[in-house]
Amino acid sequence: MIEGDEDRADALFHALADRTRRDILRRVLAGEHSISTLAGFYDMSFAAVQKHVAVLERAGLLTKRRQGREAFASGDVQVVRSAASLLSEFEEVWRGRISRIDDLINQLKE
Amino acid sequence: MPVVDVKKDLDAFSLTIVADFAAPVERVWQIYADPRQLERVWGPPEYPATFVDHELRPGGVMNYYMTGPEGDKYCGYWRISDVSEPDSFTFADGFADEDFNPNTDLPESQNVYSFAAHDGGTRATFVATYPSAEALQQVLDMGMIEGATAAMGQIDAFLAA
Repeated sequence: MIEGDEDRADALFHALADRTRRDILRRVLAGEHSISTLAGFYDMSFAAVQKHVAVLERAGLLTKRRQGREAFASGDVQVVRSAASLLSEFEEVWRGRISRIDDLINQLKE
Repeated sequence: MPVVDVKKDLDAFSLTIVADFAAPVERVWQIYADPRQLERVWGPPEYPATFVDHELRPGGVMNYYMTGPEGDKYCGYWRISDVSEPDSFTFADGFADEDFNPNTDLPESQNVYSFAAHDGGTRATFVATYPSAEALQQVLDMGMIEGATAAMGQIDAFLAA
């Protein structure tokens, strides 16, 4: 892996390593939100939420646009996708469920 | 390997998973009929599920939440429409807020789980259908974040060991 990729991975994992940032990301992946709407969801200052949004933006996970005095954030699905390419998807969730059902059935049989 | 087939049909906006289990249909049905057993299979180990309401009957509601490694909570609901014990049941599956009010920003899927006797065991078919390709994509993308988070939790556990 070249150094640029490593830096990018650092930024991604740092961005995702915080509960509030993951929550912000979930919300903006579901649809565009203004920063002030986002700030309303958390028990922290507007500036603190803005800072979290900036970390996600630097990692390339969300993009911001300005309209008048408001800033809006939306999630960049492509980046989340590429970041997670070697990680699980829906299919993995199901493979997990099925192997747990299998384990449970076999366990109770014994 | 119990998983027989996984099919993503982006045209029909549906996901189908087929799996074979070495147990009678009634035994597999029991997992869904018993909230304590269902909890053991529904959420991944990093996000265990807790069912607070469990009404496996037409018009019934199953409310559950999953608890993440940092105590973060994700709520969801099933609204059961049809039940034909022990062959199949049909339900809407969606995301909810902490009071289990449906979150309408996120897609709700229609699901049919069916179980049939097959080769001395059970063939289970799980079908989830979304209202649009975008909705399906959105759920896949959400799943990816959970996956990334869970994978990171595993890395942490590995490093701490």
